[in-house]
Amino acid sequence: MATVSETSSAAARPPVDVARAFKDAAFAALVMLGLSIPILSFRSEQNMNNQLVLAERWDAVAIACALVFVARLAGAWLWRERVGAARSKPLTMPAFMKPLAGPAGLALVVVYPMLMLAINGPQGSIKWIDNFGIQILIYVMLGWGLNIVVGLAGLLDLGYVAFYAVGAYSYAIIATKVIPATYPDLGVWAFWICLPISGLLAALWGIILGFPVLRLRGDYLAIVTLAFGEIIRLVLINWVEFSNGYAGISTIPRPSFFGIPFNASDKGFAAVFGLEFSPIYRTIFLFYVILILALMTAWVTLRLRRLPVGRAWEALREDEIACRSLGINTTTTKLTAFSIGAMFGGFAGCFFAARQGFISPESFVFLESAQILAIVVLGGMGSLFGVVVSSILLVGGIEILRELDFLKSIFGPGFDPTQYRMLLFGLAMVLMMLWKPRGLISSREPSVIHKESRSISGSLVKEGHG
Amino acid sequence: MTAPILKVEHLSMRFGGLLAVNDLSFEARRGEITALIGPNGAGKTTVFNCITGFYKPTEGMLTLSHDDGKSFLLERLPDYMINRKARVARTFQNIRLFQGMTVLENLLVAQHTPLMIASGWTVLGVLGVKSYKLREQAAVDKAIAWLERIGLVDRADDPAGDLPYGDQRRLEIARAMCTDPVLLCLDEPAAGLNPRESLELNALLRAIRDDYETSVLLIEHDMSVVMQISDHVVVLDYGIKISDGTPDDIRNDPKVIAAYLGVEDEEVAEVEAEVGA
Amino acid sequence: MEVFVQQLINGLTLGSIYGLIAIGYTMVFGIIGMVNFAHGDVFMVGGFVALLFFMVMTSWLGLGLVPALLIVLVLGMIITGLWNWTIERVAYRPLRGSFRLAPLISAIGMSILLSNLIQVVQGPRNKPVPPMFTDVLPLFEKNGYTVGIGYKQIVIMIVTAVMLAIFWYVVQKTSLGRAQRACEQDQKMAALLGINVDRTISLTFVMGAAMAAVAGVMYIMYYGVVNFSDGFVPGVKAFTAAVLGGIGSLPGAVIGGLLIGLIETMWSAYFSIDYKDVAAFSLLAITLVFLPTGLFGRPEVEKV
Repeated sequence: MATVSETSSAAARPPVDVARAFKDAAFAALVMLGLSIPILSFRSEQNMNNQLVLAERWDAVAIACALVFVARLAGAWLWRERVGAARSKPLTMPAFMKPLAGPAGLALVVVYPMLMLAINGPQGSIKWIDNFGIQILIYVMLGWGLNIVVGLAGLLDLGYVAFYAVGAYSYAIIATKVIPATYPDLGVWAFWICLPISGLLAALWGIILGFPVLRLRGDYLAIVTLAFGEIIRLVLINWVEFSNGYAGISTIPRPSFFGIPFNASDKGFAAVFGLEFSPIYRTIFLFYVILILALMTAWVTLRLRRLPVGRAWEALREDEIACRSLGINTTTTKLTAFSIGAMFGGFAGCFFAARQGFISPESFVFLESAQILAIVVLGGMGSLFGVVVSSILLVGGIEILRELDFLKSIFGPGFDPTQYRMLLFGLAMVLMMLWKPRGLISSREPSVIHKESRSISGSLVKEGHG
Repeated sequence: MTAPILKVEHLSMRFGGLLAVNDLSFEARRGEITALIGPNGAGKTTVFNCITGFYKPTEGMLTLSHDDGKSFLLERLPDYMINRKARVARTFQNIRLFQGMTVLENLLVAQHTPLMIASGWTVLGVLGVKSYKLREQAAVDKAIAWLERIGLVDRADDPAGDLPYGDQRRLEIARAMCTDPVLLCLDEPAAGLNPRESLELNALLRAIRDDYETSVLLIEHDMSVVMQISDHVVVLDYGIKISDGTPDDIRNDPKVIAAYLGVEDEEVAEVEAEVGA
Repeated sequence: MEVFVQQLINGLTLGSIYGLIAIGYTMVFGIIGMVNFAHGDVFMVGGFVALLFFMVMTSWLGLGLVPALLIVLVLGMIITGLWNWTIERVAYRPLRGSFRLAPLISAIGMSILLSNLIQVVQGPRNKPVPPMFTDVLPLFEKNGYTVGIGYKQIVIMIVTAVMLAIFWYVVQKTSLGRAQRACEQDQKMAALLGINVDRTISLTFVMGAAMAAVAGVMYIMYYGVVNFSDGFVPGVKAFTAAVLGGIGSLPGAVIGGLLIGLIETMWSAYFSIDYKDVAAFSLLAITLVFLPTGLFGRPEVEKV
């Protein structure tokens, strides 16, 4: 182990202590053997009488131990040059690329649906625009929203999905119950009416939940927000009259093209614009809606960062006590961060309900909160660009596992790659933290400049206490 | 004889069984530098934390009066209001700068309250209203003026955490001054400074007193600083005031000497030599 | 009254299980100030280890119920301890002293990894075991309602008490316990005084996992079933127990666990079973907001 961890620079590669490397690898394999018994070595299965019976799988144990042995041994050679060098160096772009990266990336996203359409045709591209494009953009938006709370204000929120749920249920209930009962004519406009309402309701809930808990610090705040997230989900499950419980709410109206519905009727989008009807138009439209919502989140965040409130958030993350000594009301400052973050979660939730057409409490489990938080922390706290990169890696990575059907031909037809999705997701979270504990982009850009802008190294930036 | 800017009356602070400050009364006069001294554990920082709202005193009254006759009972204000309304600013014994923010950003955070109003509580600011932009420029100008004063203008865009220790101390004072205080409380401003930096600090504190109509209350261990710049010294020991007067009075007070030195004769002589210097 | 006594017994049984899990949270938080988010899943792994060993002992080796359970208890503690040792070594130790959020994210990742790993290797279905100690000892009868205490409830309470006694001895009387308390106070100083801090922290994880394994054995004995997703909710409830008792305090964790068990059963009996988890989570929020140091925690003075 020492041969690996004590290397300090890339230049000086110490020779590998072969005997020691083998000893370490043997030890690791032995530990793996211990871990495999009995979890891997026996599989419990129900027989015809619904009784559990054991099946032995020593071959799997042998494979696992051999893999660990080889990986540990290979690690002794490979890590030697990586450790130290890779850790100390943050990811940076060449200077000339910096001003170009934003517009170029944006342009790529804007033409993405057209590109897919051109490559895959209207039928084949729905999957690419919906599962990859829209799905990733939803998480980018959620990540940017949570980034205000966690990345800027340094408040650890493990229940962000609660606000996503508030937004989604606001839209679902208003659009399926309130509007048909009061102003049925407004049905086609439901999404556009409910979008601001969802955001405001989520922000309101942010204030209601935030007010009592924001004086808590650190991990305590994280756990209370987790508890609130779970409470909201459990209430949605149990309060059947309100939310229809586990069954969820279906037939939620889909967004219209500013009053023109996407259907096959004479007044539908395709007919009005003289196109042949295809579901792809709605998908493309949804893609641009979420893109604009996400860009609005980013724009507001960038604006707020340069305003006193945004600077107060970052100051709060750096040192709460100093903030109080400078006349900053830390409670209201935290509340603004919490509620503005919640508002964007609400917008995203409204969009989610409209895109799915069906929601149930299953969509708002703790795992979602964990995933959004992982996106923010992995991206690098406070970095908008980092959130995009980590969303593509994590969400795109999960989605792509659905596509790996060819693996069945390697591992046999019983092999289902989607089964391993969350397993790999958890593993990725651990590995990426080990690789970059401060996230992909840890440096911070100053919010105001006297003469020249210099990035601030991530090692100076604090992570907040609450 | 000017009216006292801060009047501390019968202040007591108890932590569980420990009485850290016991029935302390003293005054800090307007336009003067008042030093609060005493051996380690005498309760000086506790007094500071009571004045600046971080602790709620067990008993006692802390009255702060402005020029225009307004007065504030500090023990009744929430902590951030002590800076915002009563206009008392402070620094910390172990420097509390916003290390990951630039020097300039640190000074802008200090001007949070006026900028917040100018940004229309964020609404006008998000819309990019011109009056806010002008106000922000004024805030930057004020920050730069302070940076020129403390000689850090070249480092305005560097993170505060990268500055050397002495510069960080001065920046913390400048940051406190950016809130336009009437009373500036400094917790050991000379700790860890070398002799040259210590002299610069003396000059800065005198300038604050003379140029900005800000009175200063400081805790200090470095007797050379205390004796040279303070107009008035209060000595604490075990939470009780044992002496109060001009630096000359204090220098010759046998109670002070005993408190600092216990009773060993040779040590008394040592400190007498130091204090006399 | 009869219902109350019956629920008291049920609540204390359930509370013993929560208390055993809570010890793992409180010890780890005490020594490295970290919420080991994966601890609930370590408990679940402990349950599966117990289940599989139990089947090996009974259906393969044909051992009787009591010797089988004793062996399962010991083996379960060892294997689950090894799991938590590995988790700490691989996912937490490299992050010690770095960015504060990194270990938390790593722990959340580990929690997702563990539950999905068990799902993959053992399948997603509930795993039932044949019921054991099904007899009930009747205590008294009133208004036609018999209040009784199940043999398995007696077993659970006795085993919990014995384990806590052993654990208490280790923490209070041995040099390992002294080293742990020293590391809690000041790791640097402890290291300077010759305490192997890494080893002490590792052993803390092992001990916490061993207690979770005991809880796992009790859990399958009590409910007769275990599932890969059973880690999360008991984990959060046990954390609530640790917080309620005052995080860092060992007796606090046990008493907090008993309280949570009681509240859950009483709530189910008198109010609504649907909202029992809401009650537990609300209690967590209320405790943290109004009593952040818990019942037995040390008050924290803000350092300025």
